[in-house]
Amino acid sequence: MHTHRTPDQIATDRQRYLDFQRQGMEFTPKALPQPTPRPAPDVATDDVRLQETVPGGWYTTLNLNTGETLRLAPGAGGSAVSLAAWSVRDPSERLCLPDTIKLQWTTDLTKGRVIFSDMGRVMLSITQDSSGAHDALTGGSTPETVAQLGEPALRNTRDNMVLAAARMGLDKRDIPALLNLFAPVRVDAQGGFAWRPAMLARGDWVELRAEMDLFVALSNCRHPLDPEAGKVPPDLSVTCLHPVPVPDDDLCRTATAEAQRGFENNDRLKGAL
Amino acid sequence: METIHEIAAEKPWSGIIRAGQTLRIEDTYGQQANDTLFYNAHDHGERYSSQDTLRAQGAAYVTTGTAIMSSQGRVMLRVTADTSGRHDTSAGCCSCESNTVRFGHDTRYQHACRENFILELARHGMTKRDIVANLNFFMNVPISPNGAMTVDDGISSPGDHLELVAEMDVLCVISNCPQINNPCNGFDPTPIRVLIRD
Repeated sequence: MHTHRTPDQIATDRQRYLDFQRQGMEFTPKALPQPTPRPAPDVATDDVRLQETVPGGWYTTLNLNTGETLRLAPGAGGSAVSLAAWSVRDPSERLCLPDTIKLQWTTDLTKGRVIFSDMGRVMLSITQDSSGAHDALTGGSTPETVAQLGEPALRNTRDNMVLAAARMGLDKRDIPALLNLFAPVRVDAQGGFAWRPAMLARGDWVELRAEMDLFVALSNCRHPLDPEAGKVPPDLSVTCLHPVPVPDDDLCRTATAEAQRGFENNDRLKGAL
Repeated sequence: METIHEIAAEKPWSGIIRAGQTLRIEDTYGQQANDTLFYNAHDHGERYSSQDTLRAQGAAYVTTGTAIMSSQGRVMLRVTADTSGRHDTSAGCCSCESNTVRFGHDTRYQHACRENFILELARHGMTKRDIVANLNFFMNVPISPNGAMTVDDGISSPGDHLELVAEMDVLCVISNCPQINNPCNGFDPTPIRVLIRD
């Protein structure tokens, strides 16, 4: 026999939810900044820990330490970059896109937003972003998607991620839903997916700041919904920048109540637990 | 041959659906989210992939006609009937930790779907690392062209159901969602019923 909650309990919890919803959907988006100008400014040599060029179709992995910033800039002609990330401390803590979009009331991950792990903690802050053209819903290319294009020899993101995960002793079980940067996928009014190339431009870039010690995998393959998906993409420029002090009023740490609580969970880990 | 499984409010369940069998999930009371995962019964490393499922069908919600895709690009099941109309697979499952971010730190010690998943997966030799972005049957999460996303009141009525026909032997793991901080269960989690028939 099932016992229902009381009408008073239900009404109280509903009102509490509506207050969170109003804050997250109406007030937060107005407080976020405009995209960063293109192209990325030059960086001083002393600020760079490592610089790497990932050929079209290939992947790379790197350890990104707390406070370091990852700058990603596709070459001319553009390409999507698929990203996965795991906590070095405990790789079962990993990129969690369902939580990332649900917690922030939006699939529109752009400057000022953060990327959550499955443990309610912030993995990465999106500190710079020229396009806002990123996809959390549809994943990367696969052996099947490139075969359907008649290009079975093209390298693909699913295989790249299996290969990348192996660099940390991980395997196909460990690959989470992927964030596709520079992939202008949007849900249209009918619930279908639309590819909006006008959101992208030459010189696009993002910077992601590590908020915990991370193992990051990047795959430089075109997105399967890209009309040019059958072509080899250009090189990807990957730059890891040394930490710089984070001010108390840092945008990503203060822009939303959800991010603030996420960072409180990060701090809780650094404390007793 | 038909087996019937009553799943109490807030509880997990798991079972095998053989290739060719039909899985029917009934939302007995209406507006009750069922967080659901599928694994290849013979290789748990091959499992449900929300991103492959959405991309393959070119649409953001699950309903009749959706092919439930695996992480290796194969069809696991197909949705053959759906009296409710639209189901989520973008918003994931609730957890104690994500509840603190969404609804405040005072919600940490509330039961959550991930607690159900961890316990039920442990029965099959799996762990937290095996939890992937899941299906949320009978959960209404509209996504707008501007990206806005929210959990809204459920659109399922008492007795609504969906049916899926398996194309491979699958392990199905369900958390009958205990969330009381948003409308995915009408703020009142209720029992559901699962039927498996040849």
